[in-house]
Amino acid sequence: MASLKALRGRITSVRNTRKITSAMKMVAASKLRRAQHQAEAARPYAQRMERMLGALAANIAGSPTAPRLLAGTGQDKVHLLVAVTADRGLAGAFNSSVGRAVRNLARRLESDGKTVRIFCVGRKGRDFLRRELADRIIGDVNYVGRKSIGFADAQAIAARIVAMLAASEFDVCTLVSNRFVSVISQVTTEQQLIPLPIPEQTAAATGPRAAYEYEPDEETILARLLPQNLSIQLYRALLENNAGFQAAQMTAMDNATRNAGDMINKLALVYNRTRQANITRELIEIISGAEAL
Amino acid sequence: MAVALEIVSPEKLLLSQDVGMVVLPAAEGDLGVLPGHAPMIVSLRGGVISIYEDGKTVSARLFVAGGFAEITDTRCTILADEAVAVAELSRAAAQTRLAEAETAWQATDKMDIAAIDDAQDRLYAARAMIDAAQAA
Repeated sequence: MASLKALRGRITSVRNTRKITSAMKMVAASKLRRAQHQAEAARPYAQRMERMLGALAANIAGSPTAPRLLAGTGQDKVHLLVAVTADRGLAGAFNSSVGRAVRNLARRLESDGKTVRIFCVGRKGRDFLRRELADRIIGDVNYVGRKSIGFADAQAIAARIVAMLAASEFDVCTLVSNRFVSVISQVTTEQQLIPLPIPEQTAAATGPRAAYEYEPDEETILARLLPQNLSIQLYRALLENNAGFQAAQMTAMDNATRNAGDMINKLALVYNRTRQANITRELIEIISGAEAL
Repeated sequence: MAVALEIVSPEKLLLSQDVGMVVLPAAEGDLGVLPGHAPMIVSLRGGVISIYEDGKTVSARLFVAGGFAEITDTRCTILADEAVAVAELSRAAAQTRLAEAETAWQATDKMDIAAIDDAQDRLYAARAMIDAAQAA
């Protein structure tokens, strides 16, 4: 049985751990509120953009002059996977689930004979993927030490992707990220960005789309709208990733705090039992010593 | 009758109100939108959006650096790249921006048509910003 001093030391150490995890939980909770707010504020633009794009793309899709961002390169050989993760850990399976999804997708594509390239957004995803797929990683960005993410960050990533597409460095671009469903649930999803899939229902939902007039003309507008749409999709992924990360960290730290509490209770019980056993033993020693006289 | 005007930037919904008329800096010239306008999708250049709440006098002026607008008979949705109230513009900021745009213009590859368009848009937006700041 451990000595009293050793037990005391362990209790103190677990208590310190609990202080840290509960502080982290509270920090994550307050950051979550801000991140969630930011993600919600970005939603109206994305929705309106989708409406306009639906009206435009349905008219132009299939025409031979359709821009590459919409129609792709017409091939399906090189896949670019954009993995969006957080820069920090201690958030349960949040980062590793994206990492696993990318790894599985990469393996599946490669077994079909396709070439895979990976672009990492966020430090944790890069660290995870570097172990097994280091030679597929063609670039990465992270926001370590940054207080908040702005639209300009998403635009910078979009510009790199557009440049790569212009140089025909890939044919299909897929975004793998965590979608923020609720505070307790973040779902890892794969979203194809290029070629842009046009949802069936937007064609119907936009109604009398043929009635729109365009200024300057459809193709010019589309050529400006598509890169903007790419930025918006990335921006949304970054914001949801941020909100999801804070939520995951809050949940993980809440669990850790509770586990630390349980551990303290168990240790305290052992400590008290040991202490009592020591007292009893000493008493027995004294009494039996007195009786022997 | 009113136009349901909405101005949204990627970061947030900036404005949502019913107005009498709104004048947009469309790519090929300014465009006034009154209720019952024909449905249109237009691309915007850098310039000033004038809002006429009662349809007669300007109630608000916003500078946009570019964007898109969707117009239907009852609705006008503006997707602005960046929108600032004209009163909040500063000459100095606009000048720095013009200088940046000019350097970017110098640096562009003159064979790349998309890059030229892009740099020109930036230059134009910066000049429009200075004009707007001066007028304010």
